[in-house]
Amino acid sequence: MTSITNDLPPPPRGLLRRLAGWLHRRPSVRLGGLLAGPVGWLVIVYLGSLAIMLLNAFWTRDAFSGQTIYVPTLKNFEDLINGPYPGITLRTVALAAAVTVTCGLLALPIGYFMARIASPRLRNALVVAVIVPLWASYLIKVYSWRLILAEEGILNWALAPLGLKGPGFGDVAVWLVFTYIWLPYMILPVYAGFERIPESLLEASSDLGGRSWTTFRRILLPLVFPAMVAGSIFTFSLTLGDYIAPATVSTTIFIGNSIFANFGAGNFPLAAALSLVPLVIVLIYLLIARRLGAFNAL
Amino acid sequence: MAGIDLEVMDGEFFSMLGPSGSGKTTTLRMIAGFELPTAGRILLHGEDVSHRPPFERDVNTVFQDYALFPHMTVGQNVGYGLMIRKVPRQELDLRVGEALDMVRLSGYEQRKPSQLSGGQRQRVALARALVNRPRVLLLDEPLGALDLKLREEMQIELKAIQQEVGITFIYVTHDQEEALTMSDRLAVFNQGRLEQIGAPADVYERPITRFVAGFVGISNLLTGDAARSIIGQEGTFTVRPEKIHLAAPDAPVGEDEITASGRIREVVYVGPDTRYIVLLDAGSELVVTQQNLATSSTDVLAARGNAVRLVWKRQHVLPIKDGSRTEES
Repeated sequence: MTSITNDLPPPPRGLLRRLAGWLHRRPSVRLGGLLAGPVGWLVIVYLGSLAIMLLNAFWTRDAFSGQTIYVPTLKNFEDLINGPYPGITLRTVALAAAVTVTCGLLALPIGYFMARIASPRLRNALVVAVIVPLWASYLIKVYSWRLILAEEGILNWALAPLGLKGPGFGDVAVWLVFTYIWLPYMILPVYAGFERIPESLLEASSDLGGRSWTTFRRILLPLVFPAMVAGSIFTFSLTLGDYIAPATVSTTIFIGNSIFANFGAGNFPLAAALSLVPLVIVLIYLLIARRLGAFNAL
Repeated sequence: MAGIDLEVMDGEFFSMLGPSGSGKTTTLRMIAGFELPTAGRILLHGEDVSHRPPFERDVNTVFQDYALFPHMTVGQNVGYGLMIRKVPRQELDLRVGEALDMVRLSGYEQRKPSQLSGGQRQRVALARALVNRPRVLLLDEPLGALDLKLREEMQIELKAIQQEVGITFIYVTHDQEEALTMSDRLAVFNQGRLEQIGAPADVYERPITRFVAGFVGISNLLTGDAARSIIGQEGTFTVRPEKIHLAAPDAPVGEDEITASGRIREVVYVGPDTRYIVLLDAGSELVVTQQNLATSSTDVLAARGNAVRLVWKRQHVLPIKDGSRTEES
């Protein structure tokens, strides 16, 4: 046997090596260097702009001159409570809830099929099919729906022989478009959730006397539910703040449209106050989602 | 899977032993109903259940990974089968309590599986299956994930529980020692075929195929020239390593004894005993196990390279069917 010895020359002691050694002995400096950029971005740019928005909500606009008056006041919040806004808020939350529930109901069978029935080849193809629409421009997708739902659009044309008519533009159209656009965000976590459930759990349920429906209701559904809540964070919050889709296929005003309208009219303080509404709703939603275990499912 | 013909007695502890891929788990899964046989039948107390789904078979399974429902408490896990059968609440609680008592986990009803150790999860899985009082309990390498010490404890406990409840246990394992210590009878599988069925002592003392001799214990085969010159017969023979004695090269040999000379090639010290690998002059190798009754590790390790004489009783030589499988399986 030959003995194994290290006959390589020692590594040269250059400046970079010395620096690496110095950093190796100071973990806090290393961590600081690593996080300085992202934390700086998060605090200054992200949280900073949120703070400015919050601050803006306490100014008002002089109705006559259109100038912002920098005197703190709660007038914007009074407008939020008294104006048309409670109704708009309620309508928006109802829409977001409807979109979320629809996405959940659609994602459940699709995710189940992808995770547990499809062959690996088909599964990959389906994952791609779900992801690819996310790469397409949001505007293109919304305008495509405008074409589909138009009076002389493809939907009415296809339904005509059956004596039926599409929903046309309006609230149903908004619900359809949102469901279509955000569906991938629900399918992906639900699919991953189903994939995480070991086959043996289903066998065990069956072994203990559970028929397919019982196994679905008692084992599969509760185990995939946190994943559905995780998906709903996207479908719900994205619907809540969007204004382009409603403006394209409907004339109904949602919170996003109100913010956009006020912003366009130069009433930044009221727009800022309005922006806080979806923010607060989403925060409450996230707290509930955390209780339901959604963050463990992401 | 080739043709398998198995009959398990009521109340028996029956093991299916074999290497991975030998068909033992597939057989178990077919009994459970997770896989359907392409041919042949499965009878449970005379009733053909071959094509019934798992939920219509009076058997329950203890899974290798335990398969406890993570979103349910221990109590809900154990009570799952009873809940599906719509057993009244009071009786359900009572029976779940009894089942947890039996596996020594009383008072654990409210815990989640994630809060339990591996050994405790194993017991919950056992309780969850036993609480339904099935005709047959199927166990798929239930102790495989436990460490050695716990595994040995659970072997004794499982056997005791089986005797207490009197339910037929069909136990799949690749651990020959486990199968030998726990079973009333065992079946040795290889490549989808049944090699031998019998009581543990039968299978160990009288292996009928080369595969069984090698898988259940150390094979110690004598073939060809070695068989001819040592045994005096054509064929393949086996002798268990603990039946062979190491003696001095010039030791006297009795009338009913067989002897072979050789040299110790390797010494493996394993604590209570020592394994000697002896290269025979006749051109084969035998493993000899000797208890370290009066010898220390230094003594036994010094024996490497020594010339020795191996001696064993004629009755301990067993003829082996050549080839790896039996005709009648």
